Amino acid sequence: MTKSDVTRRGVLKSGAVAGAGVALPTIFTASSAAAYTNEPTGGSVTLGFNVPQTGPYADEGNDELLAQQLAVEHLNGEGDSGCLNTFTSKALKGNGILGKKVEFVTGDTQTKSDAARASAKSMIEKDGAIMINGGSSSGVAVAVQGLCQEAGVIFMAGLTHANDTTGKDKKANGFRHFFNAYMSGAALAPVLAAEMGKERRAYHLTADYNWGWTQEESIVASTEAMGWETVNTVKTPLASTDFSSYIAPVLNSGADVLVLNHYGGNMVNSLTNAIQFGLLDKVVNNKDFKIVVPLYSELMAAGAGENIKGVLGSMNWNWQLQDEGTKAFVKSFGEKYGKPPSNSAQTCYAQVLLYADACERAGTFNPCGVAEALEGFEFDGLGNGKTLYRADDHQCFKDVLVVRGALNPTNAYDTLEIVEVTPVEQVTYAPDHPMFAGGDLGKCNPGA
Amino acid sequence: MDAILLQILNGLDKGSAYALIALGLTLIFGTLGVVNFAHGALFMIGAFCAVTLQRVLNLSFETIDETQKDFLGNPLKVKTPYVEAWFGPEAGAWIIDWAVPLALVIAIPIMLLVGYVMERGLIKHFYKRPHADQILVTFGLAIVMQEIVKYFFGANPIQTPPPDALNGVANVGMLIGMDIVYPVWRIVYFCFATLIIGGIFAFLQFTTFGMVVRAGMADRETVGLLGINIDRRFTIMFGIAAAVAGLAGVMYGPINPPNYHMGMDFLVLSFVVVVVGGMGSLPGAVLAGFLLGILESFASTTWATTTIPGINQIIIYLVAIIVLLTRPRGLMGRKGVMEE
Repeated sequence: MTKSDVTRRGVLKSGAVAGAGVALPTIFTASSAAAYTNEPTGGSVTLGFNVPQTGPYADEGNDELLAQQLAVEHLNGEGDSGCLNTFTSKALKGNGILGKKVEFVTGDTQTKSDAARASAKSMIEKDGAIMINGGSSSGVAVAVQGLCQEAGVIFMAGLTHANDTTGKDKKANGFRHFFNAYMSGAALAPVLAAEMGKERRAYHLTADYNWGWTQEESIVASTEAMGWETVNTVKTPLASTDFSSYIAPVLNSGADVLVLNHYGGNMVNSLTNAIQFGLLDKVVNNKDFKIVVPLYSELMAAGAGENIKGVLGSMNWNWQLQDEGTKAFVKSFGEKYGKPPSNSAQTCYAQVLLYADACERAGTFNPCGVAEALEGFEFDGLGNGKTLYRADDHQCFKDVLVVRGALNPTNAYDTLEIVEVTPVEQVTYAPDHPMFAGGDLGKCNPGA
Repeated sequence: MDAILLQILNGLDKGSAYALIALGLTLIFGTLGVVNFAHGALFMIGAFCAVTLQRVLNLSFETIDETQKDFLGNPLKVKTPYVEAWFGPEAGAWIIDWAVPLALVIAIPIMLLVGYVMERGLIKHFYKRPHADQILVTFGLAIVMQEIVKYFFGANPIQTPPPDALNGVANVGMLIGMDIVYPVWRIVYFCFATLIIGGIFAFLQFTTFGMVVRAGMADRETVGLLGINIDRRFTIMFGIAAAVAGLAGVMYGPINPPNYHMGMDFLVLSFVVVVVGGMGSLPGAVLAGFLLGILESFASTTWATTTIPGINQIIIYLVAIIVLLTRPRGLMGRKGVMEE
């Protein structure tokens, strides 16, 4: 009789260890032959467009998707080539990326961090996406950026305005083309001082989440630096729909400016409520009462209707700019879809072209090669004039727009007018600026 | 003092919407015993009746204006609404301007029909099922309804302004020698809500139909044994509750621009209102609606938020907990409702 070394306990232990190993997501384990995550082996390369297709920002997500599809067409040599004709880098030839046809898959962020991570993960693991692009929220951008860093793919952020995306939450695999809250403050403050004077008392209503806090911090700092006084800063729940009970105290606060650190439906409702209460008709401290909306988007402006007339704010880009890159993109987008693009659409379009161009210049899809090609890259011809992708924090630096709600709109798209194109020098800050402190870019992760 | 009166006004105005939705919820629960999570969606559909009418009235024909250019540099297509062409620019503009009040007329039959179809087509099959099943099916229905609206109208809020004559602010403090300005449309909304609530109570109190419904709410079996078709009356009450929610939605459009999600925004709060007021109690729902509206307004004042940070976000739920701990059936709840 022979004694076996195999025991019931031993089998269970071994099974558990083996099972756990198999169950580990493949993106977090070393794959055999590939040099990096989702290395393209066939004749095509897949990009992942992660935008809100449902939820409150679905219209914005749809606009992003239209722009991303247009970018893919242009990369593959279809259509009128759009900004490929104006982009100062001439690496893109209209034959895909590195000779491979560009294909894409889409995911729905639902503007929820967990859903956005799940859809990005699915596109990376199941569809083989080598880059993720899109989104309309800073919470989503930070969450997806973290996932892409772990997975070893490049993240080209869409609309994300919180300082943290390229501040304390910056990642080596993530790149932001959109401007940020600090830049809004730096661009807006001098215009506010010129139009409203340096002795103003401001009351802030702020959406109670990460983006709202960083925007409030930025606007308070930049306006106080000009001599304004901050009377109060009130946080409003993100789920608020009626802001009347927050507007009413403004009337008796002694403030003569209301700053609405709100975006999306919050902004539309708070601005509508402020107008209902006749704030813009009031005279306080012998000055006309004013409202400021630091972050504008075309879709929100359309939602706010006539209420935005004369209200100042800032934008990343606007279709009314007259540079060659903007004109080429607006023409392509407008002729294909019958409407001008939003600034989030332009961001996504530019990000897709920038990624493809970086691959061409690096000669590889390896995220570390692509990241190196993007770091410190200076370019023009995609809108906003000369632009730099700063190596220290992967933030784009370019001119910022100060805009005002159009006083006499002539058509449905003429909702905003450009007051000033603030030069990039005025909105540039040091990489170690306190508002962006606490993060570490880390090292590029190629994944596999 | 001005600030206190302003917040009371504000609370009454907020409470109007809560009370109207909670009233409809209670009517449905009190008559049919159904916990209707699709009630917020009915409020939203009412608001979109106003949006639809506004769009219909703005249907336009295009003429080319060679002197102006569109965003692509092509000659601008100028739109002229048909109503302005048919009735003249002034009369046409007046009709478009009054789109929201006019929408009340179309909203009543539409909401009665929606309520009837909802009750006969789906909800009646769940009368004898547990409340959890009713909640699940009506919540699912609400999601379907809001997705349909989003498909046709998009996710962005849509402005439905009040008529110019009812826009702007009024000095309501003038009567008592104070300077308190308040938006005219919000005063209109409060008056409208009071009228509807009064109308529902009068209908239930002073008509034979209302008397039978009240009797049915108290003892359904006995009323049935008397040969009265109480189910048919309850179905009509469902339609009326849907119409109340719809009308509340129509008039709410100018306060906050309608979007497909607005029903869900109100739903949870309205259920809290119903629970605080007492399940099945119509006066309780109205009382709790106004009470919680006022409390929410005061909790959002600078004094309150600096004294207890975050109080504005939890006040309604805090009050609900206190009320349920001290009066488990709510402020005016009756014994035996939702109790085994």
